[in-house]
Amino acid sequence: MKKYLLILATAVTIITGCVKDDEFLTTDPTNVLPDEEVWKSPDLVLSVLADLYNRYPDQQTITNWAEFTNFDEAFPSEAGQYWRTKQVDYPVDWWGLWDYGYIRDLNLFVQKCKAATELAPDVQARFLSEARFLRAAIYFEEVKRVGGVPLILEPMEYDFSGDPTYLRHPRAKESDIYDFVIAELDTIKSILPDDANIKARATRGLALAMQARAALYAASIAKYGAGTPAVKLPGWEVGIPADKATAYYTKSLEAAQALITGGKYSLYRKKPEDLQENFASLFYDKSNNPEVIFALDFKLKSGKTQEWTIANQPWSSAEEQQGGRVNPSLNLALQYEKLDNTLSPFATNNGNDYVYYDNPGDIFAGRDARLGGTIMLPGTRFKGVPLDIWAGVMYWKDGKYNIITGDNFGDRDSIPVAGAPKSSQVVGTDGPVDGLQYSAQTGFYVRKFMDPAVGSGQIGTRSDVWWVRFRYAEVLLNAAEAAFELGNPGLSSDYINQVRDRAGFTTQLTAAQITFDRIVHERRVELAFEGHQLFDYKRWRLAHRVWNGETISATDLVSNLGKADKVSTMIYGLWGYKVYHPGNVNDGKWVYRIVKPSNVTAAHRFNLGNYYSLIGSDILSNNPRLVKNPNQ
Amino acid sequence: MKKIFAYIALALTAFSCKKDNYDPPSSTFSGFITYKGVPVNVSSKDVTFELWEPGWGKNGAITVNVKEDGSFSALLFDGNYKLIIPPSQGPFRSITDAETKTDTMLLTIRGNQEMNIEVMPYYMVREAKLALSGTDVVTGNFRLEKILTGPDERNIESVFLYLNQTQFVDGTNYIARTVLDGGNITDPANISMQVNIPDVISGNGATGNQDYVFARVGVKISGVEDLLFSEVQQINLK
Repeated sequence: MKKYLLILATAVTIITGCVKDDEFLTTDPTNVLPDEEVWKSPDLVLSVLADLYNRYPDQQTITNWAEFTNFDEAFPSEAGQYWRTKQVDYPVDWWGLWDYGYIRDLNLFVQKCKAATELAPDVQARFLSEARFLRAAIYFEEVKRVGGVPLILEPMEYDFSGDPTYLRHPRAKESDIYDFVIAELDTIKSILPDDANIKARATRGLALAMQARAALYAASIAKYGAGTPAVKLPGWEVGIPADKATAYYTKSLEAAQALITGGKYSLYRKKPEDLQENFASLFYDKSNNPEVIFALDFKLKSGKTQEWTIANQPWSSAEEQQGGRVNPSLNLALQYEKLDNTLSPFATNNGNDYVYYDNPGDIFAGRDARLGGTIMLPGTRFKGVPLDIWAGVMYWKDGKYNIITGDNFGDRDSIPVAGAPKSSQVVGTDGPVDGLQYSAQTGFYVRKFMDPAVGSGQIGTRSDVWWVRFRYAEVLLNAAEAAFELGNPGLSSDYINQVRDRAGFTTQLTAAQITFDRIVHERRVELAFEGHQLFDYKRWRLAHRVWNGETISATDLVSNLGKADKVSTMIYGLWGYKVYHPGNVNDGKWVYRIVKPSNVTAAHRFNLGNYYSLIGSDILSNNPRLVKNPNQ
Repeated sequence: MKKIFAYIALALTAFSCKKDNYDPPSSTFSGFITYKGVPVNVSSKDVTFELWEPGWGKNGAITVNVKEDGSFSALLFDGNYKLIIPPSQGPFRSITDAETKTDTMLLTIRGNQEMNIEVMPYYMVREAKLALSGTDVVTGNFRLEKILTGPDERNIESVFLYLNQTQFVDGTNYIARTVLDGGNITDPANISMQVNIPDVISGNGATGNQDYVFARVGVKISGVEDLLFSEVQQINLK
């Protein structure tokens, strides 16, 4: 009986288990969506597009903190990253980009989207424009990093003939790529939605903002590239002829003005009672933010979160046993003006004596609100917890000040003065302790993009603060720069004063006060930690002068503030000390010293070969029609 | 049984590999970058030239570093190479090769080979005398000879006198320096510069004070990235 049952069961399984060959081979895959399925459904097309948005290139960004420490904006307070302040030369292949895989996917999307028949026309047009926007964005990024690249606008197919040489394309001129980006954005700006509430997808405002930026880059390369004739190729794959500058500046100003007069965006001013907090919350406030034009968004509990806050949280309020990595430099902090529009170093010394402050934060008082909005200063709070940044105790003994400090966060020790308590804290809970990772080794922590929400510093929660790629203040500064270069400093000061007004300046800059140094300075303080510095300094051809490999002293550091080509090759810090001098008026007060962290051993040198990154030898071998970048 | 099997496997493994079928490169190619036989001194790690060996599918250069005294040395396979000094390298221009009529030199390596590469420098630092004056000043007297004249000639942007505690003395390795602006040079045949010796001559990680320094003169030529140097000289302070 059992045997029959088994035979029967086997027979049934065999007969019903198999299908005909042709049916078996035409079964639809369950893990891949074929093209014809995708291009029927707007939802599926949107997911394809989401992947393309996700591959938008960034150089310095909040998911890649260490890149912020390559130059002079910040010190890397993590043991494995000290090499960044110890290396002299930047390798010529840094910041390289050759992402034709992404460009091909965009070209395929454009081709298929044009051919799609089952999408509503307006939906289809928007998708198409978004892909064209992303394609313009990647070409803009390519030209920023390696100069003119082959301009491929159709997906190329290999015909398997054994001869792939017809797929080889030469590099376009640098100006051709900029022209393409500008023209493409001109075409799509009227198709994209004109809606300031859309922040994570392309809009008309974004097209204008990118156009203003791209045209400004091209213009300044044309103008300032004339000063570095070595950074040029005979076929103009690198470099832009100087006579094109005016046209590009004009285009940049037009695009910026179109966005400004459109009135859809404005500067973030939700918290006028506290301008520092206002500036900080501009970056983490995601509800009805009038300033942000385009951002890489994150969402809690969705898997797409970021850990900028975990990486950089102050030790005093840390939710994990880590944080404090990006330490803004004194070099950057010194760039923030006093409210009377003058640049002046922080007052540390008064003749041969120190300047004594009642509170640790007093030395930073009366400055540009962006100082405290960008940098966490001693004497302020994060997540409601006071920062505890001070390097040690200065005690008076034998007619002079001596320093006692600890080698771990908030160490205690006994001050070797008669009558001192047996044990007292000798260093801040946040450091700085020289060489101790996660401590504020420059005396500062970063504030921009830091998430004040509880849990943002926990590995299990992480943060959903977005990465702002384009915002209104940058558009204003682009307009200001273009107007200045076009010989209209009055208009320039109008735009720049709007940005400065939000930062708390009450005295407006006059037209006569607008100089190239001013423009450079304003971008530096407004846009710190937003990924602009390298590319700005490249297009102004300032990088090889500012990072020229020359050692700088503390005296060099505080002189010539506000000069665009001021040498800034080494990172310095500002360390506070508590005075212990019982019976003296200065007991319990605070003094400051300029210190170079011991891990800053090299002076950065940006060589002419760094202006346009290396195109790898494998790429050059595959396509002999490509020319090498200069000075490498 | 199992043990025997393991031994056999081990024995097979031991005999399964052959020696590499290539010998390591063993031919040394060395020499100096020279002008009329005199080495052209440069900064360390900055100046390179390229060797290309055609015929191997993908192209890629072997980059050879020029040391601070103008010498170079590379360990190579025997073969036929093309030598090229990229135009952006060094305070000099390459000389058109008689054989190829371009800036490319043909190079055949069969065993060790010493060869100087002649170049055309913009300037040369001649008769550099660097000496201690008093106790804390180094004085340098030297002559700048303009070598390259004509359409490619360049002006001098600035002249530096560098001191360092090691024999690597150049634009990124120095403890003290003075600058003389090119426009302030009245007589290139007779230049004198002075630099103060810092109070403490010990570098990062070094302990104690050393009683000697190294000095040399660097020349920045306008429009040329790499500096030209004189020979490194040790200056005893005691």
